[in-house]
Amino acid sequence: MEILKHALSANALLTAFAVVGLVMWLSNAISKRLLFGRVHGSAIAIVIGLAAAFTAGLWTGGDKGVVDIPVFAGIGLMGGAMLRDFAIVATAFEVDVVQARKAGAVGALALALGTILPFIVGSLIAVAFGYTDAVSITTIGAGAVTYIVGPVTGAALGASSAVMALSIATGVFKAVLVMVGTPIVAKAIGLDNPRSAMVFGGLMGTVSGVSGGLAATDRRLVPYGALTATFHTGLGCLVAPSILYLIVRGIVGG
Amino acid sequence: MTISGVALLAICTLLGGFLGDLLGSALGVKANVGGVGIAMLLLIAARLWLTRRGLMTAGVKFGVEFWGALYIPIVVAMAAQQNVLVAARSGPLVLIAGVAAVLVCFATVALISRVGKKGETMDEIEAKARARTPSAGEPTV
Repeated sequence: MEILKHALSANALLTAFAVVGLVMWLSNAISKRLLFGRVHGSAIAIVIGLAAAFTAGLWTGGDKGVVDIPVFAGIGLMGGAMLRDFAIVATAFEVDVVQARKAGAVGALALALGTILPFIVGSLIAVAFGYTDAVSITTIGAGAVTYIVGPVTGAALGASSAVMALSIATGVFKAVLVMVGTPIVAKAIGLDNPRSAMVFGGLMGTVSGVSGGLAATDRRLVPYGALTATFHTGLGCLVAPSILYLIVRGIVGG
Repeated sequence: MTISGVALLAICTLLGGFLGDLLGSALGVKANVGGVGIAMLLLIAARLWLTRRGLMTAGVKFGVEFWGALYIPIVVAMAAQQNVLVAARSGPLVLIAGVAAVLVCFATVALISRVGKKGETMDEIEAKARARTPSAGEPTV
């Protein structure tokens, strides 16, 4: 057992490839045999991943999901920012330039709305839950944009750590909802072409949510959504602690 | 050579990350602004340039497409390391704010998708592409 453990941890990345490969295979089998293709295999795999992260969190008390279990440390490298960005960029190879250009202007509009709308929603709910100071309201509102914009904004404004945690949790929860919810609502919101995928990427923001959700809906849409989503976090980090904070402070005072 | 494709992808990703950081610090933000997006644009430009010069070999293509195909498993690995516990536990504010933000955004996507002229769906685009080049095979996932 010790020797097996050593072999797995010493080759952490290979262990991760093997484990994720098994999960993908299992998910495709479930999709085909049990659900008759109604739910995409990738969606099932992502839900299994999230469920594993939840269980691991309960078991280890850590905050990095299965990565806190030493044998699965390689999952951290495989799903970390480096390889994630590497693979997302690789999908751009399939982007049809003509299609992407067609959606340029509407993609920019989606980006602006995708920052402002969640911020308004998050801020209003923060107010409804009794927060009255501009810093807390802005930080929670920014968390509703993405889980990176939240803490960046909170850190810039000097929010309390409890508010920061709420803000991050809101963003993570949003990303999870987008991953799971996208394949379900895809048809209803017209998510079957590059243009709407770019609108979707700009509006939903979270790169992890968008890429996971689109991957589970239609693999071919991923590059278009990722192309706009990637500007979302940067835009949020830019306007949330500055313009949006000043507006909130102007409304609630102090 | 396959490695030239992988190297091309790595160079685009690194350069994009660097430019994104530069843009972030120029704007006074503590974040990478559009690094991945810039990298994607660089890769698209590189692909067009290589194709025009006839330098797009099967090896280069394979080096890049291999990583694109690994994309979904990487997303699964990413999902497995989220702090799902905190998200699920932190109470009604998080639940309500998350659900409301997502619903508003889904609704807006639906609205914008309807308002503009209907774009071609992926299926239609692929069907057209296949009609142009009958020999092109299905992309393997």
